[in-house]
Amino acid sequence: MNLYNLTIHQAHQLLKSKEVSSVELTKAVLKRIAEAEEKVRALVTVTEESALLQAEQADQRIRAGDFTPLTGVPAVIKDNMCTKGIRTTCSSRMLENFVPPYDATVVEWLKDAGMVMVGKGNMDEFAMGSSNEHSAFAITSNPWDLGRVPGGSSGGPAVGVAVGEAIYALGSDTGGSIRQPAGFCNIVGFKPTYGRVSRYGLVAFASSLDQIGPMTKDVTDSALVMNFIAGYDPRDSTSLNYPVPDYTKSLIPDLKGLRLGIPKEYFVEGMQQGVEEVMRTAIAKLEELGATVDWEVSLPHTKYALAAYYLIAPSEAMANLARYDGVKYGFSYEGESMWDAMERTRELGFGPEVKRRIMLGTYALSAGYYDAYYLKAQKVRTLIKRDFDEAFKEFDVLVAPTSPTVAFKIGEKVDDPLQMYLSDIFTLSLNLAGICGISIPCGFAEARVSASLPVGLQIMGDAFAEEAILRVAYAYEQATEWHKRRPVL
Amino acid sequence: MTYETIIGLEVHAQLLTRSKMFCRCSADYIDAASNTHVCPVCLGMPGVLPTINQQALEYAVMTALALNCAIPEYTKFDRKNYPYPDLMKGYQISQYDAPLAVNGWLEIEIEGHKRRIGIIRVHLEEDTAKLLHRTTPWGETYSLVDVNRAGVPLLEVVSEPDIRSPEEARQYLMKLRTILQFLGVSSGNMEEGSFRCDANISIRPLGSTDSAVKVEVKNMNSFKAVYRALEYEEGRQRGVIEEGGRLLQETRGWVEEKGITVSQRSKEYAHDYRYFPEPDLPPMVFSRQWVEQLRSRLPELPEARRDRFLSHYGLSAYDASLLTASKAMADYFEACVKLKTEAMVEKRAKAVRNWLLSDFSRLLHATDTEIGDSKVTPEHLVEMLDLIDQGTLSGAAAKTVFEEMFSSGRHAADIIAEKGLTQISDAEEVEEIVAQVIATNAQAVEDFKKGKERALTFLVGQVMRQTRGRANPSLVNKLLKEKLEDSP
Repeated sequence: MNLYNLTIHQAHQLLKSKEVSSVELTKAVLKRIAEAEEKVRALVTVTEESALLQAEQADQRIRAGDFTPLTGVPAVIKDNMCTKGIRTTCSSRMLENFVPPYDATVVEWLKDAGMVMVGKGNMDEFAMGSSNEHSAFAITSNPWDLGRVPGGSSGGPAVGVAVGEAIYALGSDTGGSIRQPAGFCNIVGFKPTYGRVSRYGLVAFASSLDQIGPMTKDVTDSALVMNFIAGYDPRDSTSLNYPVPDYTKSLIPDLKGLRLGIPKEYFVEGMQQGVEEVMRTAIAKLEELGATVDWEVSLPHTKYALAAYYLIAPSEAMANLARYDGVKYGFSYEGESMWDAMERTRELGFGPEVKRRIMLGTYALSAGYYDAYYLKAQKVRTLIKRDFDEAFKEFDVLVAPTSPTVAFKIGEKVDDPLQMYLSDIFTLSLNLAGICGISIPCGFAEARVSASLPVGLQIMGDAFAEEAILRVAYAYEQATEWHKRRPVL
Repeated sequence: MTYETIIGLEVHAQLLTRSKMFCRCSADYIDAASNTHVCPVCLGMPGVLPTINQQALEYAVMTALALNCAIPEYTKFDRKNYPYPDLMKGYQISQYDAPLAVNGWLEIEIEGHKRRIGIIRVHLEEDTAKLLHRTTPWGETYSLVDVNRAGVPLLEVVSEPDIRSPEEARQYLMKLRTILQFLGVSSGNMEEGSFRCDANISIRPLGSTDSAVKVEVKNMNSFKAVYRALEYEEGRQRGVIEEGGRLLQETRGWVEEKGITVSQRSKEYAHDYRYFPEPDLPPMVFSRQWVEQLRSRLPELPEARRDRFLSHYGLSAYDASLLTASKAMADYFEACVKLKTEAMVEKRAKAVRNWLLSDFSRLLHATDTEIGDSKVTPEHLVEMLDLIDQGTLSGAAAKTVFEEMFSSGRHAADIIAEKGLTQISDAEEVEEIVAQVIATNAQAVEDFKKGKERALTFLVGQVMRQTRGRANPSLVNKLLKEKLEDSP
């Protein structure tokens, strides 16, 4: 087996028993990056030098007996999380040469745990997109079919993990940006409860929706990473001071007594037939594992989620992206006057999708429109949260597809924003409600003109019910082999 | 036609917290080198998040309580969006529709009449960076940004349009500043920009209740500027109406050198701030208990102190008001009165008041010194008053001594010794001089004998002159009368 295909827990065993050193493992991953990158373009920056340095330090820690399950294990960090001394671009011209003088809290905590960071993951510019086609630098390809998108916005980290450019990655999820690419690339993508993981140092897209989470090769790895990134951070006032359990304790391979709900609004027309078939088989498997399944759960306000999301997220983004004016850092256009410089900086520094969302947000918050758009969207958000509250009174978790389709072709939706937005239809309600969800590999569906492509199973849990969804995900994973399939490049 | 002036004031006061509103940088930037009190948070760098300064919240609530406001249980921060290079994030964290405090008032006194000015709201926000506009030797203009000020806590206090004249506006501002100073939450220094004021002003025919066209006036950097700008604006608006013109709803800037206001922008170009709730800061819920705890920690406020000065020290209402017009003055007064002394409290209070409100104030004003920075400490002043009471220093000579104390910071006793200003209370010595004066001022002596009392005052003055003010005045009086009555 190639070292780069290891999971965290497999790598940890080899590192601990000193069969493999972190330097060896890191070199294997760096070599994999060198061969695969040309085809997939999953990384914006490869940090070879500092990675090898971190690997040496990790080996010392291991020799000294001072290590964690993450010590010496190579990772990719999505390029919207600040890394001290290493440029953090958000895949935007605007921040192409921006080098933060600080680490995001998650990066700091992972460094403390002994992370070896091999690179920064490509993404849709400022995390706005569902296909990675909105990266200002390169379109990341889906390793299962290089002509297709990997999903987004955490497409780079997803592909990186899928092809072994990293053992694990951190992504961020504002409307599905961890789960949807995880589903498209046959890996595990975990979006924690809002407030569970600090956002300090995560370049903000939509502050009330953004959440960082693990992207891994299996469920155990997600639990392991969560053990190190979850927790209260005084630098983030929206992070919650709530005890962090040992998430690996919830990895129990049986679902007896667990109540599963299937929201009927998530099985609608427009879903690919192959996806629906895979989904029904997966749910039957869960039932087989001991869970009770109810197909008649209703989340009645689901149909308003997309509209609400595309008012709230752009409104917050409009403000969050106002700071990029060329005055302090990042791209700066030397204009004729102050206003000319600021306007031209933004005109040239941002890509079309970012501009589209800034305009949407500006409009939604304009005098006279606020009540009809932003305020109404917030009310819908409350209703969506209530739908989930009601459902979780009766069910431990809800199960649905991660996306209505498998990975689509590069170029297929890039000029049709509405179609693109619809690919997050099953994921963005969770962000609006602030609850947690995970996407795990659950099978492959035939797609026309292409080999079969992965399908993601989404398991949704109430706020702080991470353990419940990990348990269901783990039990399913143990009973199936889907997660072991790797793409051949 | 008689018009009524309607003024509402919006005050921004920087709070004297150690750190900034949303980060840990020092908020004390006045003497700091440019861009040294900065961090990723107040620089608005990507990915950073604000955290609320607890001290600022406490100061704001205390101020609101002192201004008789109601403190709603629920309050939140909002983003006020507008692009400008002095705004690091492209939005200001402020408060919009759920301010920290509402419905308060403060009292002012106009020609002996007390008037309550309503306060609509008090809220917290962050200050912006400072832009420094420069020109190169070859005439190119450019601007520098100093981020030290960005993120300093600002308290905004918005009055009701209850103010009816520029003088009332001035009184309101002074009163508000005094309250902030008594609370110790703001320095209230208008020239340094830690206390700023914008005004809304309109005029309407007296008796009318129509809402008139409102003009916002900005750029006033002193109490005097506020007064002058409002006075100018009152006249300008009346002029426009009387000439049959139409007033525009606009923002005008005060131009100090010219003494006029000029149009800055009209309503059509008004900003749309696109306020929305700050998602990085959860809403706050204040417990009643916490608010009451802060209320119990409120120090004595100007009115309470004025009333106490009145009853405790036997001062007139007018004097008590003057002495409590600033916290520094009131503290100084009280420090003097409380120092151990032989003198009766009321007598000493009167003496301290006399010095504080006359010579001392005059010198402070002339040298532009704050009383707290004066070289004359309360101990120095009291020492001098004791010397007067003991008869060592005459009231007349004390004026000279005090001036010297004020400029050098030396003790009264040292100055008296050095300049030979000890009061002459020795009867023989004074008698000799009295005799001389009687001998050389025959005319005055004659006048006195004819019943002209003023001639006595003249003769006392002559004795004082000969002794350079050192002779004990009551002794001089006594001896002169005796001599004059004795002589034929």
